[in-house]
Amino acid sequence: MHYTRRSVLKGVWAVGALASAVTAGLLSPARALAAWNKDAFGAKSAIDAMRALGVANAEDTKAIEIRAPEIAENGAVVPIDITSNIPSTTAISVFIEKNPFPYVGTFDFSQGAMPYVHLRVKIGESSPVRVVVAAGGKHYTTAKEVKVTIGGCGG
Amino acid sequence: MPDPMKIRATVQGDVADVRVLMAHPMETGQRKQGGKVVPLHFIQSITAQLNGKTVFRADISQAISRNPVFAFKVKGAKAGDKITVTWKDNKGESRTDETTVRGGS
Repeated sequence: MHYTRRSVLKGVWAVGALASAVTAGLLSPARALAAWNKDAFGAKSAIDAMRALGVANAEDTKAIEIRAPEIAENGAVVPIDITSNIPSTTAISVFIEKNPFPYVGTFDFSQGAMPYVHLRVKIGESSPVRVVVAAGGKHYTTAKEVKVTIGGCGG
Repeated sequence: MPDPMKIRATVQGDVADVRVLMAHPMETGQRKQGGKVVPLHFIQSITAQLNGKTVFRADISQAISRNPVFAFKVKGAKAGDKITVTWKDNKGESRTDETTVRGGS
């Protein structure tokens, strides 16, 4: 995904606002998964969802493996395997960029699970599958394009 | 009461491979049936425990497929340990099921 300079700057402001919320004690980083994040799940673009989660500043990396079909015949069930090879990975978040609500979820491994997850998702139209990994207080991201021949969101 | 989950946990070395199948419609709120929109109904959070200690958590959206399947790997497990999985949906329904870790081949 290519962000314009403007949207990157906006992301920086959003992260700044979140950081001040953290210092104000409104949010504690360790409890990032304590409540279902309504703003992130309700966001209509991946970048807005990433801002709501405070991960819009993620750096590109090649150390995240996304295994998903190049072409999915049935968008209602697309299997995805994600492995993070980044040391001290604590969480993996998944976004289907072109879905009406791109944020799929966050998987938290901080308490004794290996940084791997298999999930099956609905993909409405061909879209990049973006993964953001949280590790050692920083965020890393990569994406893989999945082509869909029959969408999985309508009836 | 929602249908039970199917959970399988197999240990290789000290890592348990856990696979879970949940029975849930995962309605997106965009599907229509008989001209009416089927309301949003989906699992929002999942927790897995190894012998009563939380090891894996997830918050998810309606974009997860119907009858969700997840797999994850838990460190420090051995045959005979208990894996417990709980899900909760947006209507406040929940379901907890348990399995025993089996030795790998």
